[in-house]
Order: sequence, then structure tokens, then C-alpha cells
Amino acid sequence: MERMPKWADAFLVPLISLLIAFVISGLVILAIGENPVEAMRIMVSGAIGSSYGWGYTLYYATNFMFTGLAVAVAFHAGLFNIGGEGQATLGGLGVATVLLSFSWPHWAVALPAAAVGAALFGAAWAAIPAWLQARRGSHIVITTIMFNFIAAALLNYLLVNVMRPAGSMDPSSARFGAETVLPRLHEILGLVGIPFSRASPANISLFVALLACVAVWALIWRTRLGFQIRAFGKSEPASVYAGISPFRITMYTMLISGGLAGMMAINNVMGEANRLIMNAVEGAGFIGIAVALMGRSHPFGVCLAAILFGFLYQGGAELALWTSIPRELIVVIQALVILFTGALDNMVRLPVERAFRRFGRRSA
Amino acid sequence: MVIDTQTGRQAAAAPAPAIELRGISKSFGPVQANKDISIRVEKGSIHGIIGENGAGKSTLMSILYGFYRADAGEILINGAPVDIPDSQAAIRAGIGMVFQHFKLVENFSVLENIILGAEDGALLRPSLSKARRALMDLAREYELNVDPEALIENLSVGHQQRVEILKALYRQADILILDEPTGVLTPAEADHLFRILRNLKREGKTIILITHKLREIMEITDAVSVMRRGEMISTVRTAETTPEQLAELMVGRKVLLRVQKTPAKPGATVLEVENLRVVDDKGVERLRGIDLTLRAGEILGIAGVAGNGQSELLEVLAGITTGTGSAWLNGTPLDLTGRTSDGQTRRESGVAHVPEDRHRRGLILDFAAWENVAFGYHHRPDYQKNAIFMDNAALLQDTAAKMARFDVRPPNPRLAARNFSGGNQQKIVLAREIERNPDLLLIGQPTRGVDIGAIEFIHQRIVELRDAGKAILLVSVELDEILSLSDRIAVMFDGRIMGERLPGDADERELGLLMAGMKGGPA
Repeated sequence: MERMPKWADAFLVPLISLLIAFVISGLVILAIGENPVEAMRIMVSGAIGSSYGWGYTLYYATNFMFTGLAVAVAFHAGLFNIGGEGQATLGGLGVATVLLSFSWPHWAVALPAAAVGAALFGAAWAAIPAWLQARRGSHIVITTIMFNFIAAALLNYLLVNVMRPAGSMDPSSARFGAETVLPRLHEILGLVGIPFSRASPANISLFVALLACVAVWALIWRTRLGFQIRAFGKSEPASVYAGISPFRITMYTMLISGGLAGMMAINNVMGEANRLIMNAVEGAGFIGIAVALMGRSHPFGVCLAAILFGFLYQGGAELALWTSIPRELIVVIQALVILFTGALDNMVRLPVERAFRRFGRRSA
Repeated sequence: MVIDTQTGRQAAAAPAPAIELRGISKSFGPVQANKDISIRVEKGSIHGIIGENGAGKSTLMSILYGFYRADAGEILINGAPVDIPDSQAAIRAGIGMVFQHFKLVENFSVLENIILGAEDGALLRPSLSKARRALMDLAREYELNVDPEALIENLSVGHQQRVEILKALYRQADILILDEPTGVLTPAEADHLFRILRNLKREGKTIILITHKLREIMEITDAVSVMRRGEMISTVRTAETTPEQLAELMVGRKVLLRVQKTPAKPGATVLEVENLRVVDDKGVERLRGIDLTLRAGEILGIAGVAGNGQSELLEVLAGITTGTGSAWLNGTPLDLTGRTSDGQTRRESGVAHVPEDRHRRGLILDFAAWENVAFGYHHRPDYQKNAIFMDNAALLQDTAAKMARFDVRPPNPRLAARNFSGGNQQKIVLAREIERNPDLLLIGQPTRGVDIGAIEFIHQRIVELRDAGKAILLVSVELDEILSLSDRIAVMFDGRIMGERLPGDADERELGLLMAGMKGGPA
């Protein structure tokens, strides 16, 4: 017996949650003496009102797709990977290592190599907590969050002491070189004659992220490994009965999850900065958790939620720029969205379910 | 008022019943669990309530005990209407409940458990000594002997159940509801429980017994009410009915209570087990040297009270846990160490396993039926489209066919396992395991939580598999089931096999002694 149609479950519930979050955000803005309607207008026009805004929104969304997918894959196996931040940091190191080790003739060759490097480094960083969980029973939530700090410290050390070019005062690596600069969105869209802002950092990684969404969907719902991952996530005792090894599935899942988080680096490190800088991840690893929650761990949901959070990120930056609303309020709005779409999901879901039941019975 | 006219009419007929329910209805969303239920339970009687799973027995008793509120209807205790919003009110109204799963604090003593929630003041000592005196009286009166100082965790299941009964009596219960009380007891313990219940009845207590065992209903109740699909079908005097008639009332059609089978024709040895030992993760030895032989075309039934190593036996043979000793399947040694084997490799070698707990192990409740049918066999080539993708279309088709052959209802492969009834869930597991045509079927509690109609079907399938020349190792805590299905019976107690009997010359008392760990003389 279906409680409510699938479309309501996937779209209506998050939409209502989102509306509530926005209404409360509006009240908060009202309370600090600003005009919520004006604030909304600035956010919308700043994030999606121009191709410049869209460029930034999609750039952030690309980051969030990778980290959101990472969290979503782990969720399917019942694992809570909070280490996206650290894995993405290590992914950056992977990109830098690959790109600085050789002189690459063309971005088209460099991109796959960098992506592989990013994924390998991210996966390796996730592998240690995964092994500790699978073999020693150390809880993955604790270990992955600790590994975020270790990753930040490691990168700090490497940038200051190892990777910094001689004579530079800036704790960052050397530039990767002009051949490795990824095509920006305006170049790609220019090929089909669509004009797009030249100043925005969105680049070809966006399409890699979209491809990753499709690939993760196929992995989870169409392959044997995905079947085993989902089975293990739903019931470990039943999986053991079926001969699915908890150790193997924990390892595979976390390697894939860490790899996806690491691949974020092709967007921010390779695509935007073109060198490795400190704190390049900027919290995207944590936003990924919210994205996965709101996207209900479905790759397409993750894709949409990532765009929404990209909008919030870019709109929020504009808001801080053009009004006297403090930057911190953006965090409040994002937190409210996370709270309502993620944590308080059932608050909306149950009344909607009830409404559908009542309506369904009347029409039947 | 309405009540005046009704009681006025009934007062002339008989003394007020201990419990009367009038027109009780309760729905959970679209599901109507109780439809307009009326029932009268006479004072000082033992009243049985039977029905299949999901018939609404538990809901009705939960309403009576204040866990749920009825949507409509009223409850009368001793002729007076009462309102029971919570279990405190139920206790005040003199109702005590003994749940199927005991609600005891394991590391508290018997006395502490009894006064828990019924302390007289801030200091425990007065309450404890009062309870100790009361306990001694109760023990004398009703054969309810338990050591008041013993810790619950050190008591046998039968004794723990007595503590539950004592808890209710200590709270001055006049009406006692017991939910499936004998499921966890040995036959001897069940007999003792029935003696206690008869003593309670003699003292004027009213007892409601919820069970699915027709034999118990016939043995101890005065009247019996049959529920089906949320409705009260009928209430009859036990003396005036037969088990066949009750079964028919429960299911709504004629049911075969006896398994029909011909004598076994055992063939070659399929499974041989020697000195099999299993130590659990707490370091306790759960199997202490099992030897057994199982031949093609026979059913070996393992009888015993739950928790005496039967589960461990099934799981180690199924490759889920590890052990020491030796085992051979069709003459080939089985790896018991888990180093080169797991559930997967066992399946490859021809062992199928219907686990005891289908909710925990046998199924993934959130998965659709078709995903559950693939479960465990998801490596099989016929379920793969190519090197990368699974063939979901083939799986759906295969599942639909299996569901049709096993009469799973509703026959919808996309429905989540959670939404099927217990019997249909079990049929999904059976279809998956039996249709792979295994050499050896390990099957635990095949009909636990399964309605009577499905029991008949499941038993037939097991016998058919045997007749097809397969070896079947059956574990069940239902002695009736063991007796009617098995070609040989082995009784397990404390990790050992106490003895083997043939069902023809096994008498239940002797098996009961073996189940309790007492050797019943020379075999």
C-alpha cells in the first residue's frame, strides 16, 4: 500500500520544507530590521538573475554534487561519511601531484588523469576510517571527522614546507600551467552560440559531476555491487546470511565515497584556482551531508539539491555584499534549510501523508 | 441513559461479566484492525481468544490494557463502564497483562521487579518486605514458587513468566491477560503454567488466554472467541467445539490439521556432522559436540526449547557463523572455519537455508519482493544482463513466476517485503530457497508467525521437497510441527543432542523430559 504518490514524496515534501525554511528566514530578517522581500530579490537576482550569478551558482553546485554523492553512496550502505571535507582536501593534493609531476600537453589529457588522481587520494583517505570500522569497530562518524582535521593539518604542512615554490610568501603550490586550464562554461556554451559570463568559475567539471550522478545512479540501482551495498545498508544480519561480506562492502563503499569527494578537486583546485591553496574546500564536504539528506540519497535528488545549495551560497554572498545583513545570517538561512529539509523531514511528511490519505479516500 | 436500559435488560439474565466489550472499533490509517467487536468474559473463567496473525487479537488486548484508545465502543468491568486511557488505569481497574516478550529488568532481583512501579514510598525496604510476605502467600496459594532474591537473568524462561504473573497479582489484578504464554516453554513448564492458571481460576480470577495453539485452547479454556480480519467471528463454549471447527472458523475454510505424507525412503547420506562445536562471541560454548547424519529423502526434526543451540546449528551449517569439528556434504568436507566459505559458497554447494528469523535474516523488509528473491542468489548468471549490470527485468519476471507458484498474495513483485503478511513473507523466502533445488535444506521455525492456511501450504512444500529426494534439517520449537513433519526426531538441550526417536514411538512426555535435559531412560 503506497502512502502517497512518489512525486509527492520526492518533490512536494522537500518543496514545502523549503518554503517553511524561507518563511522563517524571512521572519529572522524582519526581526533584525531588514526587508525580507528585498533580501529575497537580491538573493534571486544575484544567484540566477544573470549569467554571472548562474556561473557561480553552478560552480558551487558542482562541488556539492561531488560531496553530496559521496555522502549519498555511503548512506546507502548505512555508513555516515562525515569526512567529505578531508577527502576533498586530499583530492586536491592528488590533483596537484598529478598535474605538477608531468608537463601536460592538453587539458583533455590532464583532466582524466587529474580526476583519477583526485579520486585515488580521496579514496585512500577514506580507506583508513573504513578499515578501522570494518576490522576494529571504530565508529566511522568519529574517525572520518577526525580525519578532516588531520587532512587540513597535513595540507597546511605540505603547502608551507614542501609544495610552496621557493621565494613565495604564499602558502600554496605553483600554478599547474596554462595547458591544464579547464574550459570555462562560457567557452563551452560559446560553441553552441549561447553567450555566458566570462568572469564566472564554472567549468567543464560541471559535466563530469552530472555524469557522476548518472554513474552513481546506475551503480546503486543497476549493478550487483549496488545491490549488495543497499542490502548491507538495510540489514547487516540479512547480508551476512546472503553471503555478503560486511568488510568488503564497507571498504568498497567508502572507497567509492571517498573517491567521489576527492573528485571535487577537479572543479575547485584544477578548474578554479589552477593551483593548490589552503582551505580550498570551503566547507563543501559538510554541505554535502545536507545535499544528500535533502536529495534523499538519490543521485538525481542530490543533483537538484546541489543546485539549490549553490543558489543559497551564491545568493548569500550577494546578500552580504549589497545589504547590511551580516554574513552570518546566510549561515542561519542555510542552517534552516538543512534543518527543515533534513532533520525535520517527518514534520512535513506526516501531515502531507495524512492529507493524501484523506483526499485519496474521498476520491476513491 | 443508554447504559441504564442495557444493564437493566441484562441484570435479570446473569451476574455481570468480568469484562464486557461493546462495539469496539479501531483503525490505523486505512487499516481497520478491530471492527465493532463485542465480547463477554464470564467471571472466574478461562477465556481463549484465537485468530490468525493480523486478526486483531493484540490490538483488542492493547485497547483493554490502555495502550491504544478505541475509536468507538465501550469497556465494562464487572458491569460498570470504565475509561482506560493508559496502562495505569488498566491496573487500577484490576487488569494484569503478561506479555509474550517479558518486561523485566534482567539484573534486578525478583522482588525488585515485582515492586518496580508499585513502591509504597521513597524508601525501598518497607515495600520489599511487604512484597516478600505477599510473594510467600501467592506461592502457597497458586504453586507460583520463585526465589524472591534470585536475579531475573539467572532464572529459566518458565520462572521469568511466573514473575510476570506475580507482578500482576501483586498489583491486585483480578483479570489476567496472557499473550501466547507457552511459546517459549517446555511441555512440562507449559503444564505447570496451566496448573497455575487453574488455581487462579479456582480463586475466582478471570483469565484471557491469547494463543494460536488449538490444543491449549481445548485443554484449558471454558469458552473461546475466534477473530478473523478484525472481526469477532464467534464465541463458543469449548466443550461444544472441536479443533477442526475452530481452525475452520479462524481461516474461513476447511483446513488440514494433519500433514499428509508417506513413509520416507531415505537414500544416500547427504550431511554428516561430527563433533561440531560453536563458541559464541561471549566465549560461551553453544554447541558442545554435535554428531548427526542426514540422508537424502528424509526430514530430521530437531526438537528443543528455544536457545539450546538449534539456531547455532543452523547458522554454522549455513556458513553464517564458524565452528570446529567436521561436516561433510555429499562426502565433500564443509569448511566450518569461515576462511574459504560464507553463505554464498554454501549456496553454490547446494545448501539452502530458510532462517529462523525472517525479519532479521531471511528478508530485507524495505526491499521489494523481487529484490528479496534475488537476495543471496544475486551472483547467479541468470540474473545478470552483462558483466556490469544486473538483469532486473529477468528478475521481476522470475519473481512473478515464483510468487504465482507459491501463491504469494498480493502477487506484486514490486511491493516491499514489509507489506506482506507473515505467511506470505515466509512463502517468498521458501520460494527463493526451495526453487533452487538444493540438496540440503536447512529450515528453522518454518511456520512461526504464519497463519494456519499458509502453514498447511508450507508443510506440503517441505514434504514435496523430501519426496523429491532432498535432505531436510528442520528446527522448530513447536513440538507438534516436529512430530507431524519429521521422519526422525533429535532432541537438543544445552548444545547437545540428548537422543533420537522415531515420531511413531516418541511420546510427548518423554520428548519433554529430553527437552528439559533429562535422559528418559534407555532409548
